[in-house]
Amino acid sequence: MKSKSNLEKVLRAGHFAVTAECGPPKGSDVSVLERKGRSLLGCVDAVNVTDNQTAIVRMSSVAACSILKALGHEPVLQMVTRDRNRIALQSDLFGAYALGIRNVLCLTGDHQCFGNQKEAVGVFDLDSIQLVRTVKDMRDENKIIGGDHVDEAPRMFIGAAVNPFADPAEWRVVRLKKKVEAGADFVQTQCIFNLERFESYMKQAVDLGLTEKVSILAGITPFKSVGMARYMADNVAGMDIPDELIKRMSETPKERQADEGIKIAVETIQIVREMNGVAGIHLMAIEWEEKVPEILETAGLSERPAV
Amino acid sequence: MIVAERKEINEIRKMIDRYSSILVVGCDSCVAECAAGGQRETVMLAAALRLSYRKDGRDPKITEACLDRQCVVEFIHGIASQVPEHDAVLSLGCGAGVQALARVYTDKPIIPALDTLFIGETEIRGVWQENCLACGRCKLGHFGAVCPVTRCSKKLMNGPCGGSKAGRCEVNPDILCGWDMIIRRLEALGELDRLSEYVPPVNWSSSHSGGPRRVVREDQKS
Repeated sequence: MKSKSNLEKVLRAGHFAVTAECGPPKGSDVSVLERKGRSLLGCVDAVNVTDNQTAIVRMSSVAACSILKALGHEPVLQMVTRDRNRIALQSDLFGAYALGIRNVLCLTGDHQCFGNQKEAVGVFDLDSIQLVRTVKDMRDENKIIGGDHVDEAPRMFIGAAVNPFADPAEWRVVRLKKKVEAGADFVQTQCIFNLERFESYMKQAVDLGLTEKVSILAGITPFKSVGMARYMADNVAGMDIPDELIKRMSETPKERQADEGIKIAVETIQIVREMNGVAGIHLMAIEWEEKVPEILETAGLSERPAV
Repeated sequence: MIVAERKEINEIRKMIDRYSSILVVGCDSCVAECAAGGQRETVMLAAALRLSYRKDGRDPKITEACLDRQCVVEFIHGIASQVPEHDAVLSLGCGAGVQALARVYTDKPIIPALDTLFIGETEIRGVWQENCLACGRCKLGHFGAVCPVTRCSKKLMNGPCGGSKAGRCEVNPDILCGWDMIIRRLEALGELDRLSEYVPPVNWSSSHSGGPRRVVREDQKS
C-alpha cells in the first residue's frame, strides 16, 4: 500500500469502487453538509469534496472533508491550483493529512471567469500534473518542491481528473499517461454521456497498459431535467452530451424527467461497468446527493465491501 | 510591442478637469502601431478634449506634442521647453512612458490617457494579439514557438485542460486554445516528442513575482 487510504484498499482488493461527489455549502452551515453526508453514509467507498467548483465561493474543501470524516466518511480532498500558490497548496496538504484526510484529487480548476468572483487573480502557480507530482514526492521521497526534507510527510492516495471528451481528441490519452507518470493512483473522468467516445478512450488506455497502473473511475451525472441537460451541454466546460440524450429527456413528460435522468445514469453505470479497465464509478449528483443511494441500489452497487 | 487602448474621454476628463493647461503628449512607437497613442491619435484626442470642454463652456489650454519614444530619456527631453508652460501632461504613452515622464519631470502631474494592455503582435491591421507575459525565462523552444504561459488561460505547462473544445478556450470561444496551437504546430514540425516529458513547476522568480525587474549592463553605460 502506498498510502493509508481506504479507497486504495478497496481498489487494490479488486472491488468495483463507488465514490460520490459532495459539494460544500455556500456559507458556514454545517447542518447542510451533514445532511448531504448522512444521505451518503454506508453506500459509497469515499466522498469526494469539491474545491470551490466552477469558481463559486464555498466552504473550504479541507474543512468540509474534516466534517465529513467525523461523520464516518472516507473523504477525498479536491484541490485546485487556481486559487492557491505552491506555498498554500503544500501547507494545506500537511494540514489535511493531519486532520486524517488520506486521499487528494489534484485539479487545475475551472477558470475564475465562470464563478462569482470574476475579478479574482487566477493563481495557476502549478498545473494539476505538477500538483500530482508534488503530492507523490511528499509521499515517496519525503520532499516538498525545491527539495526540502519533511519528517512527517502526508502519505496520500493520489487522484487526478481526465476528460475523454475534450479536444484535441488524440491528446486525451497522452494526458492521462502524463498524469499516471507524474504519480496519479486513480483518475476520475468527466461526466460520461457519449459512451462511444468513452469506449474508444478506454480502449486506448488499456492498449497503452495504463489501466494496470491507474484505477479509472467513470464519472456519472444524472440529469434532473431536460433543462439541466441543455444547460450542461451549452454552458459547462468540457461536456459532450449527444443530441439523442437531450431528445430522450425532452420527450419525457416533465414530472417523469427526474426518473428518466436516473434511468439514463443507471444504464450508463451498467455499460461502463462491463468495459475493460473501468475500476469503479464516481457519481456526481450535483445538488442531488440524496438520490445517490437510489441510483446505486438500482444499479446493484449498494453493498460496499468492507476492507 | 506594447499594445494599449485609449481611455474614454469621461475617464480622462475626471483626471484632468482640475488643470487649466494641459500638454497632450503622444508616443510614436508601439502605441502608434496599435493606433492608440501615436501622432494621429494625439491630434484626435486633443481635438476631442477641446470639443468636450467647449460643450461645458470651458476653454483650457490644450497643446499637442509627440515624442518618438516616451520610454527613453533622450527622447523625453524633446518636450522639456513645453512642459513648464502647462499645469499637467496627458500622456498617450504606455505605462512605461507615463512613468518615465514622471521620473524626468518630477514637479509635473503626468496623467495616463491609455490603458496599457499587453505585449503582443499585429496579426492583421486592426487585430492585436497578446503573446508574451515577459516571464523572464523564455520557454518557446520547448513549445513550438507558442507560449503556454501567455496563450493558455491557465498557464498550463503539461498539456491542454479539459475545457479545450474545437481549438477554443473554455474562457471564451473567441480565445484560441494555446495548447491546441502548440500540439498542432509541433505535430506539423514532427516534434510532438517534446511534449512527452513532464515539465516541472515554473520558476516564477524571474517574472514579476520576483519584484520589479531591472537590467543593468556595464558595457552599455556611457
